[in-house]
Amino acid sequence: MSEAITLRYTVPGDDFTRAGEASADVKRNLKRMGVDREAVRKAAIALYEGEINLAIHAGGGEITVTLTPDTIVMLLEDHGPGIPDISLAMSEGWSTAPDEVRSLGFGAGMGLPNMKKYSDRFDIQSTVGVGTTIRMEVDLA
Amino acid sequence: MKICEILAVLNARLLTPDADLEVDVHAACGSDMMSDVLAYVKDQGVLLTGLNNPQVVRTADMMDMVCIVFVRGKMPGEAILELAAARDIAVLTTDQTMFSACGLLYEKGLRGGTSHV
Repeated sequence: MSEAITLRYTVPGDDFTRAGEASADVKRNLKRMGVDREAVRKAAIALYEGEINLAIHAGGGEITVTLTPDTIVMLLEDHGPGIPDISLAMSEGWSTAPDEVRSLGFGAGMGLPNMKKYSDRFDIQSTVGVGTTIRMEVDLA
Repeated sequence: MKICEILAVLNARLLTPDADLEVDVHAACGSDMMSDVLAYVKDQGVLLTGLNNPQVVRTADMMDMVCIVFVRGKMPGEAILELAAARDIAVLTTDQTMFSACGLLYEKGLRGGTSHV
């Protein structure tokens, strides 16, 4: 593979039951393209957590996944409320998710830590009242 | 342990009739918190849960799991079953509680497996 392949998705913010559709599609496409299984697994989990976050916290957002010859690059952008304290949000167990989200099996404060854990490189930029941009990279074996 | 053995041990009901029950699984995890499944699970083929929503299937799919067991008699809806069937994930339901279901499978040799990235 010599050229980058890009996949784009819009995540709705009003339907939690659909959250995960984009990640599942990315996983399916990467597997079909013969991308290393472990890299696909890591990327899919990180992206799924991110997609859940977009649906829960940001009122939806955009996902762009680019496959280069040696890396899976995932960009998540939203125009949600932003994160006032990123280091606090990155700590395991800290969450602002409402009870309704917890009753659905999420909101345990593991989303951002999981995304970082499953990425080889992770960057988050957020401005309160403007939105959040997260870039994750997973290296291919 | 094969999925058909899990079915028998838990006296469970199969909700995805076309599932391959001869698939072998080596480890399982039990949780109602999908965030924890995503954080701590690796190479477990079976997810036992009392949570009943589509994210259970999506989580299992992300983790390459092949079987979901709904405990406490939980009955997933048609949309959840269709989602699972499309991903070749077998869905079972048992009246056992989470604790008892995990214990019965452990007693028969199924283990928790590794729990890190």
